[in-house]
Amino acid sequence: MRELIETLQSDQSFFAGLPPAVLTLIFLVLGAVFFATVMALNALVMVYAERKVSAWMQDRMGPMEVGPHGILQTLADAIKLLLKEDIVPAAADKRLHWFAPFLIFAVPCAAFVALPYTREFVFTNFDIGVFYVASITSLSVIAILIAGWASNNKWALLGGMRAAAQIVSYEIPAGLAIIVIVMQVGSLNFNDISLAQDGGIHRWFIWRYFPFNLIAFVIFYLATLAECNRTPFDLPEAESELVAGFHTEYSGFKWSIFMLAEYAEMLIVALVGAALFLGGWSSPIPGFLNSGAWGVLWFGLKGAFLMFTYMWLRWTLPRLRVDQLMHLSWKVLTPFSFACILGVGLWMLI
Amino acid sequence: MWFDFAAAFTFIVVGAAFVGVNLLISRLLQPRHPTAVKLSTYECGELPVGQSWVQFNNRFYVIALVFLIFEVEIAFLFPWAVVFKGLGLFAFVEALIFVGILLVGLAYVWRKGDLEWDKPQTGKYARESAPQFFEDQPAPVESEVREHVMA
Repeated sequence: MRELIETLQSDQSFFAGLPPAVLTLIFLVLGAVFFATVMALNALVMVYAERKVSAWMQDRMGPMEVGPHGILQTLADAIKLLLKEDIVPAAADKRLHWFAPFLIFAVPCAAFVALPYTREFVFTNFDIGVFYVASITSLSVIAILIAGWASNNKWALLGGMRAAAQIVSYEIPAGLAIIVIVMQVGSLNFNDISLAQDGGIHRWFIWRYFPFNLIAFVIFYLATLAECNRTPFDLPEAESELVAGFHTEYSGFKWSIFMLAEYAEMLIVALVGAALFLGGWSSPIPGFLNSGAWGVLWFGLKGAFLMFTYMWLRWTLPRLRVDQLMHLSWKVLTPFSFACILGVGLWMLI
Repeated sequence: MWFDFAAAFTFIVVGAAFVGVNLLISRLLQPRHPTAVKLSTYECGELPVGQSWVQFNNRFYVIALVFLIFEVEIAFLFPWAVVFKGLGLFAFVEALIFVGILLVGLAYVWRKGDLEWDKPQTGKYARESAPQFFEDQPAPVESEVREHVMA
């Protein structure tokens, strides 16, 4: 990105006359608008995919009415939500009630900055990329707590509290699983990590230091699934007990902001998982379409596959109980992730 | 470096602006007919009893403290993991001691039962036995309780 700006400046183009700060700002804003649009489109596609996947798993048709095979269904839903009345309960804390959707959307948006899209193109070459993404995505718990608290609704408050306990607990195993990979690369830069796995499926980190990296991948997968509040860890919005959890009192487009953010967060953790364990932008077959813009394809496909497995799990597994959730995080995943660090560390020393 | 953080900051601002613009569009398009009933808190159709901003028995609060310690530990482990390749055995042993102390803490919390839904009452302050209905009488059997309730 920076190189692009520099070439544009040196060129005898329209941009050459502009001061560098202005040019940088223009490009950053354009990039940010692009990724905000990607987030919105991602939710549109993924909600449709989720409906179809769930329908096929239950031997149904899914949405069929709007457009061929119902592909315009989620677009119609989005327009409908845009036209819906926005209700802020009289008892709610209005300022915080308004603030929560802004925060919950801005946080995943900021995480897109550091991800590696191709070999040549990273939006920013963040040297602390992994740490940055891990820390900024965990900010969403604050937005969820604000939403739950500000609604002044018992269901919402319980949902927010559950979400806080859950996200906070699962951050430990997720962080430790990331450390397992960082140890092997010696860098927090996403592009360095992807580069270390370049050259085919057998070079991906998931296979190395068997079985430690595989266990670390499973831990990372489960922990990030819980951080996204997806089934079987969807206790914060368990419909059968808490109406809709922390967003019970949200309606209209504010509600859909929460959905957008949830799917964006899923996309981010799927892409981070793909970058850390599944080779990032590198092609699974050595030398096959392994350059330039094809990186986006491979990276996107890996992310999409992981997201498909999230949906698969959602329509396969029942919801956990709260104490089982805590049990899994603190008594299973955390000790196992420490064991992985120990195992990889010893292996690297030998 | 400044470029990276400027990018992150721009993304946060633009993300918030995206929400703002969409909510503004929604505001212009939507009907607005608020009524007292519509603006009441939704608790399954019942009128809500009191506020929800009350103190309640929050389970797993000890986990918040444990989380804090472990999260700081992870923040310390990240730089260690980056340079681990170059430092070798010395760094490994140091991290082992560091993590070991925290794992002893986790084992303590685990043993004390703070990772359970109901913390088991053990030790000095535990009750001798389960509380009984009347101090000098045995707990009533179920049928008696039912009769009492029916009456």
